[in-house]
Amino acid sequence: MCGVCGCGEGHIHSHDEPHDHEHAHEHSHDHGHHHHHEHSAEHSHAPGLTQARMVQIEQDILAKNNRYADENRRYFSERGMLALNLVSSPGSGKTTLLTETILRLKDELSIAVIEGDQQTARDADRIRATGVPALQINTGKGCHLDAHRVGHGLESLNLPEHSLLFIENVGNLVCPSAFDLGEAHKVVILSVTEGEDKPIKYPDMFHAADLMILNKTDLLPYLDFDSAQCIQYAKQVNPRIKVLSLSAKTGEGMDNWLTWLRAEMALQRIAYA
Amino acid sequence: MHEMSLCESVLQIIEQQAKAQQFAKVKTVWLEIGALSGVEADAMHFSFEVVMQGSLADQAKLEIIEVPGLAWCMPCGCEVLVQQLYDECPHCGSHQLQIVDGDQMRIKELEVE
Ligand SMILES: Nc1nc2c(ncn2[C@@H]2O[C@H](COP(=O)(O)OP(=O)(O)OP(=O)(O)O)[C@@H](O)[C@H]2O)c(=O)[nH]1
Ligand SMILES: [Mg+2]
Ligand SMILES: [Zn+2]
Ligand SMILES: [Zn+2]
Ligand SMILES: [Zn+2]
Ligand SMILES: [Zn+2]
Ligand SMILES: [Zn+2]
Repeated sequence: MCGVCGCGEGHIHSHDEPHDHEHAHEHSHDHGHHHHHEHSAEHSHAPGLTQARMVQIEQDILAKNNRYADENRRYFSERGMLALNLVSSPGSGKTTLLTETILRLKDELSIAVIEGDQQTARDADRIRATGVPALQINTGKGCHLDAHRVGHGLESLNLPEHSLLFIENVGNLVCPSAFDLGEAHKVVILSVTEGEDKPIKYPDMFHAADLMILNKTDLLPYLDFDSAQCIQYAKQVNPRIKVLSLSAKTGEGMDNWLTWLRAEMALQRIAYA
Repeated sequence: MHEMSLCESVLQIIEQQAKAQQFAKVKTVWLEIGALSGVEADAMHFSFEVVMQGSLADQAKLEIIEVPGLAWCMPCGCEVLVQQLYDECPHCGSHQLQIVDGDQMRIKELEVE
């Protein structure tokens, strides 16, 4: 169990150096923004028979996650960091895209990665092989990263200001859409081998993302994948979504992605200054 | 699986409230679930029973209040009912819709003793 937050989870901690995040973290546990409507809410039912009464709660089910996400978001903005939450079904090429991106940007930016997988440290090992810090979070039975575990991950990574942080979520097109991690943007990666109908089959994810990357374009000649139709479906679910097509393997289209990343980093710097 | 972790969050909220509002047993839980929240009522009922086992809400009844999806159509400037995130405006066919209601998942009320 976590001594700082009492969260009962056996996750990675560094409680030895207290800093802003931990303080705020503790604070949010003690004084969460619950609304207790004690006066209006507690009217008794079936008087005389039982002690039953009504208690009004009026809380978002994900309120706790959202409070941690706000903490993370504040942490990022106080340090001028850009955090991106990469979501997709398993095997779309997230880790390959990251290693290829890091090789191209690591001399220009300070980069780190939080890797979420149910099991193994394989993806974090692949990232570390590029020479940047990576933290593996294994979710076990859980099928998504939550803001609390990412917050503790930030404590142990202890990144410099103006870092670019990629959070590779668990491969799953369903529930990571509901869990805000405090990121600036969700980026959904769809490989062309998955079929063009995914945006309407899994609309929540494409609705929540700001950018869609169509990956593995090198395979297009061997498939019937209809890119235009796929993009139309994505815009149907989310008219604001931006789209980039690339091949992490051959490097085709990578420049547009690097340009997008540099522009987003510049925005963080402006907001920070 | 999604519904499972949502029910775990519901239980955490209930346990917190049990201390704050001094109750030991929960008989009924009312959730407000939007049609666009991505939550399946059936899966929610199933997960609820499993997750609440052995807790202060063991055997509690789950009542789901369904909230219809409501969006604001930018071209028309009016509010329209939607079933899915990829629906089009029934008036003008546009997809420039902004969700205004029906994406919530909230715990509303408890019957306790
Ligand atoms: N042809 C081709 N293969 C690719 C491309 N990008 C990734 N792959 C391959 O796709 C497979 C999965 O890639 P990963 O990078 O492990 O995918 P991931 O999304 O990180 O997978 P999980 O973390 O397990 O969800 C590997 O065999 C990659 O070599 C690409 O652009 N083109
Ligand atoms: Mg991976
Ligand atoms: Zn902890
Ligand atoms: Zn904690
Ligand atoms: Zn999940
Ligand atoms: Zn319209
Ligand atoms: Zn929405």
